[in-house]
This record gives sequence, C-alpha cells and structure tokens, in this order.
Amino acid sequence: MITAGIDCGAKNTKAVIFKDGKIIGKGMVLTGFDQAGAIKESLEAACRAAGVSEKDIEKFGGTGAGRDSIKGAVIVNDIKALGKAANFFFPDARTAADVGAEEGRAAKLDERGNVVDFAVNEKCAAGAGAFIEAMSRALETPLEDMGRLALTSDSDIPINAQCVIFAESEVVGLIHGNIEKKDISKAIHDAIAGRIVSMIRRVGVNESVVMLGGVAYNPAFVKAVKTQLNIEKIRIPDYPEFGAAVGAAIAAGEQ
Amino acid sequence: MAEDKKEFWRWAESSWNNPDLDWENANIITVGIDVGSVSSQAVIMGDGKILSYGNMRTGSHSPKSAINAFNFALDALIDMPEDRMDYCVSTGYGRVNVPFSDRSITEIACHARGANFIYGPEVRTVLDVGGQDIKVIQCDDKGKVTNFLMNDKCAAGTGRGMEVLADLLGVSINEVGDRSFNVKEEPRAVSSTCVVYAKSEAAGLLRKGWTTEEVLAAYCRAMAERIYSLIERVGVVPEFGYRRHGKEQGNNGPVNAHGWS
Repeated sequence: MITAGIDCGAKNTKAVIFKDGKIIGKGMVLTGFDQAGAIKESLEAACRAAGVSEKDIEKFGGTGAGRDSIKGAVIVNDIKALGKAANFFFPDARTAADVGAEEGRAAKLDERGNVVDFAVNEKCAAGAGAFIEAMSRALETPLEDMGRLALTSDSDIPINAQCVIFAESEVVGLIHGNIEKKDISKAIHDAIAGRIVSMIRRVGVNESVVMLGGVAYNPAFVKAVKTQLNIEKIRIPDYPEFGAAVGAAIAAGEQ
Repeated sequence: MAEDKKEFWRWAESSWNNPDLDWENANIITVGIDVGSVSSQAVIMGDGKILSYGNMRTGSHSPKSAINAFNFALDALIDMPEDRMDYCVSTGYGRVNVPFSDRSITEIACHARGANFIYGPEVRTVLDVGGQDIKVIQCDDKGKVTNFLMNDKCAAGTGRGMEVLADLLGVSINEVGDRSFNVKEEPRAVSSTCVVYAKSEAAGLLRKGWTTEEVLAAYCRAMAERIYSLIERVGVVPEFGYRRHGKEQGNNGPVNAHGWS
C-alpha cells in the first residue's frame, strides 16, 4: 500500500511517500504565501523521488499550520502526528518534542505512539525556530552558524526577555556591551531551550526522549535541552524536519 | 538602496518650553526623569508648574540617556544652570541608574500622579502604552494607585510592536495612526497574540492584495483588542474617561479602533 503525508508548516511544506511501512520518497518546499502551491509542489517532488505517480497514492494525511489547505487529505492534528512519527523512528519513545519555525510542542506517549498527555505553544514565537532566526539577524550571523558558534562558548549569560521582539533589543544591548558573539549565541540557545524544556517537564521526562522538527538540526539547542533536562541522550532521526509528515502518513494509513 | 535602509520606526525627538513662565521667578525647581526602554523624558518644573520638557530615544546606557534627556529639557530654558535643580525624582525601567536622582519611584505611581496633575481628581483609570509594556492603572482622587495590571512579557500591543510593523510596511511611525483610517471598511484584526505571527500574517495579506492602509488598520485593531482585554480585566469606573499616557499618545489608530477618544 502506498500512502503519503503532507505537513504544511509555517515556514516549509514537507511531503513523504510510504510504501509498505517504509519511506520511499521525500519533498520539501518553502511554504511562502501560497499554501496550495507549496502542497502541490512538495507532493510532486516526493513522488518524483519515490518514482511513483500521485494516482498510486491510496491514502494521504495532512498536518501542520496549513493543514486545512490540503484538499482530500485525512486531517491529522500536530500532536497525533508527533506521537506516530516518534514511535515510527524509535518504538521505545515515551516523550517526544517537536520544535518548528513558529510552534513548539511536547507529548508523552504510550508504547504504540498514542498521546497520553501533551503541551503546546502556539500563542507565542518564543521557544520556536523564529526566535533563533530573529537573533541571527540581530547578531548578523548566518542561521546555520548560530549553533556551532554557541558550542564554542561556556559562559552563562541569561536572556531575560521572553518575547522574541524584546529579546532582539536585549541582544542589541549585549552587542553594545561588547559581549562576544559566541557568548550571546549560547545565551540565545539556552533561552529557547528553556521554553521547550518547560513543556517537556510538564508532560513528564522519560528515559527515551525524541526530538523532531527542523530546529533539532541545531547542535547547541539540543545540547542545551540535554543539559537543562539533565539527561545523557536525545534521539533524533535523520531528517527530523519530516517528522510531522511521516506521522500524518502513518495516521492516514491506519484509518 | 539608501531608501531600503530607512528606519521607519524612528520617531522624532522633541523638546518644549513654557513661554508664559520664567525659571528665574521660581522658588523651587524640581525635575522628573523617566528612563524607559525605548524613550527617555525629562520634565523641569518651577513651583509645581511645567517649565520645559525633553523627549529622546533611550540609548544602550541608562545614565547617559537620563543625562541627555535632562540636558535636552534644560537647553529649552534660557541660561538655567544645572545646579538650580532642588530635587529630582527618577522613574521608568532605568530609574535606579539616574546618577543625579534624589529618589526613584515606580512608573506606575508616577503615571497615576501625572494623570491626576494634568486632568484633575476625576481620573480613575490610566492606560500607559509604552515601548515594551502596557499598564492599566486605577487610582483614587489623590492620584494614589489602588490597582494595576501590566503586560511586560510580550510585545503584542506595545509601541515596540508597532515599530516592528512600521518597518515592515515602510510607513513612518508617526503616520501609522492616520493612515490606518484610510480604509473603506475596517478589516478584522491580525493575530493579537504574537508580533512575530502578526508580522508574517501582515506580509501574507500584502501579497493577497491588501493595501498598506488595510494592513495598518488590521494591526491597530489587534493592538486595541490586546489592550482592551487588559483594561477589561482591571475594570473601568464607567463615568470617567480614559487618559492615555506613554509614547503611543501620538498614534490614534488603536484608539479609534475601539471607539475611544
């Protein structure tokens, strides 16, 4: 059976194609302001990569902020997708977190990937990828370098502002105060990690913690989460940004 | 390219002096300094009447910002020496960093007393929309604070949020309010929970063909809703009006969006 999952996120739209429980193709495009276009393009890209035609897809699931624009899909909420995906990548996962461009969420799972409890942040961009993006502009450092730069610092400067907009002014203040960029970058990562850590704590920390979403690529963020949770290991799949799309495909297939 | 770099959020600094009063005739000269997160103000008073004031942007150094604002107000008075100052009170988030201050008082208490001084004893509710926070203050007929609520965790509804939008839309901050009225019908509000979300929403609306004025109106409405929910939580003594304080005083967009005046 061929199934597909589409995650129309605030920043990127991702599509995956499944065949008999295995991922055989992926596609990702910028969401921009044309959600329908991004959905179509990402699905086409995934089909090309998988070598299948869209007609071959028996079931497909849609999730993400723009999920209502995914015509004909089984709509899967973000939390359910997160649970299914974490369970797919790591069957013993009991706590899963997803940090995307504008939202962060954490869920406690049972042995089948069903959600037992969850916490979301969808009211405020603090604790999401947009936070690091805004700070990389303030620091005039490319986004890709932010994490590596932070890893070279062992200072402990707090960022007091919760709000992204206020934190930006605070970072400008630190720059004026001649604090080194690497130390500011570490402070930024510690701050955003703090937001997701409090969500993970709310649902409960288990020994097997899984992290999905594009921000999981950032090594300084992951390190800060581990330090603050006081755990040795966080499990991250290859291509964590496709997590929600994978979850949507699985949930649709189960219907 | 130079046009691209224009800082639309930059509001004009200003100073003023009272042409009807002469500082030399005053027995006691008092000074109030408010070092805010975005702007710093100094007011010089002679025997309880305002002689002059200065309003400037706050720099990265609070003591320097206080001195600059004071000098700006001082320069508006002809030849008044600094040492004529008898007493100085500092307020605002940088109030403990004002080097020549005799006493520092919270801006909440100062707003209530200020509204009472300017508008008289009937003022009961003071709304302060500042650079980085919103405060709703209730006071008695003496201008003493009886209750207050503030939001300082989130930029939604604050002056800084409006600056971010002015920059995005390329509209000078002074024109945001007036231009937001130039719409045929008032659009629904953009996200009133987060400025980051409102910003991407606004960019999306522009692509959809909304006019700059419509986006401004949608944003002003969101700002007003945010502020209004805070006011509702404190409650308003109905027969008395609102008095606006703070930097957003010059911007009527959010005010009109809720039919205030």
